[in-house]
Amino acid sequence: MSKTVEITKEADQFLKKIEELSGEKITSCIQCGICSGSCPMINEMDLTPAQIMSKTQLGQEEELLNSKSIWICASCFNCKVRCPRDLDLAKVAEALRQVVLRKAVDKINIDAISPEEMMELPQIALVAACRRLTN
Amino acid sequence: MDEKKNKQRIGVYVCHCGGNISEVVDVKKVAEEASKIGDVVLSKDYPHMCSELGQQMVINDAKKNNLDKVVIAACSPQFQGPTFMKTLEKAGLSPYVLEMANIREQAAWPHFNEHEKATEKSIELTKMAIEKARRDEPLQKGEIEIGNRVLVIGGGIAGIQASLDLADAGFKVTLVEKEPSIGGKMAQLSRTFPTEDCATCILSPKMAAVGDHPNIDLKTYSEIESINGFLGNFKVKIKRKPRYVYEDKCVACGLCEEKCPVKIEDKFNEGLSQTKAIHIQFDYAVPFKYYIEESPCLRLQYGGNACGLCQKVCPQDAIDFDMKPKYEDITVDTIIVATGFDIFDAREKPEYGFGKLKNVINGLQMERIIVKAAEGVELKQLGKKVAFIQCIGSRDKQIGRPYCSRICCMYAIKQASLVKKMDPSRDVYIFYIDIRAFGKSYEEYYNRAQELGVKFIRGKVAELMENPDNGKVIVKAEDTLNRQMIQGEFDTVSLSVGVGPNAATDKIVNMLKLAKSSDNFIQEAHPKFRPVDTLVPGVFLAGTAQGPKDIPDTVAQASGAAARAIALMNQGKYFFDPMYAFVNSEKCDGCELCISSCPYGAIKMENGKAVINAAVCKGCGVCIGHCPQDAIDMNLYSNEQLIAEVKTALESKKEGEHRIIIFADDMTSYRLIDSVGTAKMAYSSDSRIIRVPSGGRVTADLIVKSFYYGADAVIVADAEEKSSPYSTSKTEMFRNIEIAKKILTDAGIETDRLLGMNFVTVMLVAFVKTVNKYDEMLNQLGTISKEKREKLMINLREKLFGVKHE
Repeated sequence: MSKTVEITKEADQFLKKIEELSGEKITSCIQCGICSGSCPMINEMDLTPAQIMSKTQLGQEEELLNSKSIWICASCFNCKVRCPRDLDLAKVAEALRQVVLRKAVDKINIDAISPEEMMELPQIALVAACRRLTN
Repeated sequence: MDEKKNKQRIGVYVCHCGGNISEVVDVKKVAEEASKIGDVVLSKDYPHMCSELGQQMVINDAKKNNLDKVVIAACSPQFQGPTFMKTLEKAGLSPYVLEMANIREQAAWPHFNEHEKATEKSIELTKMAIEKARRDEPLQKGEIEIGNRVLVIGGGIAGIQASLDLADAGFKVTLVEKEPSIGGKMAQLSRTFPTEDCATCILSPKMAAVGDHPNIDLKTYSEIESINGFLGNFKVKIKRKPRYVYEDKCVACGLCEEKCPVKIEDKFNEGLSQTKAIHIQFDYAVPFKYYIEESPCLRLQYGGNACGLCQKVCPQDAIDFDMKPKYEDITVDTIIVATGFDIFDAREKPEYGFGKLKNVINGLQMERIIVKAAEGVELKQLGKKVAFIQCIGSRDKQIGRPYCSRICCMYAIKQASLVKKMDPSRDVYIFYIDIRAFGKSYEEYYNRAQELGVKFIRGKVAELMENPDNGKVIVKAEDTLNRQMIQGEFDTVSLSVGVGPNAATDKIVNMLKLAKSSDNFIQEAHPKFRPVDTLVPGVFLAGTAQGPKDIPDTVAQASGAAARAIALMNQGKYFFDPMYAFVNSEKCDGCELCISSCPYGAIKMENGKAVINAAVCKGCGVCIGHCPQDAIDMNLYSNEQLIAEVKTALESKKEGEHRIIIFADDMTSYRLIDSVGTAKMAYSSDSRIIRVPSGGRVTADLIVKSFYYGADAVIVADAEEKSSPYSTSKTEMFRNIEIAKKILTDAGIETDRLLGMNFVTVMLVAFVKTVNKYDEMLNQLGTISKEKREKLMINLREKLFGVKHE
């Protein structure tokens, strides 16, 4: 993988979009990392919360939207209550999830699930999965 | 009426400004139009009014023609106003009978491509200045006698330095300190960065010098009870708390302390050791005298014959349990506020466990541990692994401290270096967000710490926990440079706590009616050019009372404050513009509404009438709009003058034309509009700018009358709250606007025509856009009908003050 990331005009558009969706001023993040230190799910994440903030600033859309972290965030708000710049990172994660969801890509095909499987699968999980992962 | 008194002799001069004005404005026409106005006895144009010859011409004319008012149509009064005021003084006139028509910054420059409009506007501006001048009073400068007495509040390094500078210069200083000894926070410190000199060694000679100086009256263990009055005459009441030990008798032999059975926490060692209820604050205290802490002392608690051991053993008979607080009244001419700081109480951030986890300490405790370790006393074992955590109580919006405390990076680097040097096998880490090594030789000092092997990890620690098996502290953070989580166990964790204003600051701020900035520290008069002055004449700031500072900056500022105080007192007299409000006692009905409107406490009741103290009044004019009896007016910007300016500005409005009246505060908006002119940024030439001391001076009455006399829109422009010299101006401005809007609505006039705006002096584009937006809006809305305008004036005073409802 190349070590160089180009600064493009689209990058800024992506930042603006996430700022608008989340309502948070992402550019005021000072990268202190207290969010990551406070995160109970940090060991499951590929990008740390602070990394999500800096990569959003730089508009690294592809890496962000493909990251596991945005789905792992449980919106516990531990980062929000400690952020010295009073940023709500849970809202940023939600904004990033929204961008993915609005692409309306079906991640699961309900028709492909057999009636037997359907009976076995937990109903609530199925409904939740359909909401998030299908158009 | 005496006819002579009404007949005035006004001289008008129109300046070419070497073409700056005359290339756009027909200056001859301006002079000619001015000459047609009654009482104008001469009207001339001249290439350079501010030149030696120009000024001499005014002086000669004034004498020859017996002028009693002078109007100069030239540049901004902000620019050459002071020059021409001096010219008038040379001519034997009051400097306050000068009015300037700003035809350069407000006409020739912004309307450079509308020659005709610019000339019309220049004529009107000149007429407005003539009408204002006609109502000028030949005032004289205010004058206060000042002596050489100074009160310094706070005996930390700032107060010590300021006191010594003043005393050495021959001024009489009273230094008041609330603790039993002077020295302040610096007395607690180990070494000072970046030189690592021992703090005690450099501070104690200064403390001793204060104690010995014939010009310094040192009052320790004392508090300020009240301050009244003003520059040259501050009445101060000082409370001397009882030490229960006579200072003059005590020889500090120490027998009492030996016998005292009550052990208490030693505050000077930040609670890390114990002392006795009777003790000396610290080893090199000034004065070096004992005192008894009230609450733990058995005798003072239980009375009667309880304990009393110290009294029995004292060979000097210096102990008196019946000692009472004493109150002393002094009068001083100037005051230096050096109330200093308090460290952040880390218990406000419970995730760091301060006060709960025994191995978590704060930066000041670390100082004491290092000092005592050098003396061979171990206040706390530091162990082999030590971590420093930065920005505890700094750069944190969650606790309302968004600012950088400025000293913590450097003191942590110093402490880290010192504990590493004490035991080089120690592993020392600093967890930081950014290292701010801004001062002289600071970056080099940071580098030396790195060379010593202090490790720097970039990441704010999120929380601290104790390992229950060994009592060590578990530190967890993101190493943001490596993008990985990092965790470790430490023997000692030091929280590098930030600073906030001393708890005693607010009391002093309220007594002196000082302003505070958003960070809660005391606000200086101007952040760049008046950094040690306050807006209260004769009151200066030194040290961390004004904002976080290290020792070099504190000392520099303290010397600066002393120099400013000396500069003022050396003159023997203080001159000020007679810009103050006054009450017409015939109209005043004693309702007292004005009293609470004054943010400076300048208004008092005397014999049932309000009276304004001219020396305390700062001339913001907000009280005027609060008087239902219309009894308050002010010098330099009187009601009659402002109304005359408004009327004149609207008189020559032609059919189909519109006018935007802009009231601009003198400090900021007026200067901003000058800058817009200087930048030759064009805005609507239908605007007329009227200078006012503050946005709050523009009363609802004045706004409504502006509409009545023909304004199609009114903009009140004031400084942003932070840069305004008047703390309540913004609030009052919007209050007045709201009242005016209701009256406009009643008369069926669109409230969009009235706008309040807050500016800073760099908002050039914002100003131009605002005016042009209004110009366009008026093109659509059109003018206001005569009926609607007349409706405004029906029962105006009742509508303004809600006395009568109809």
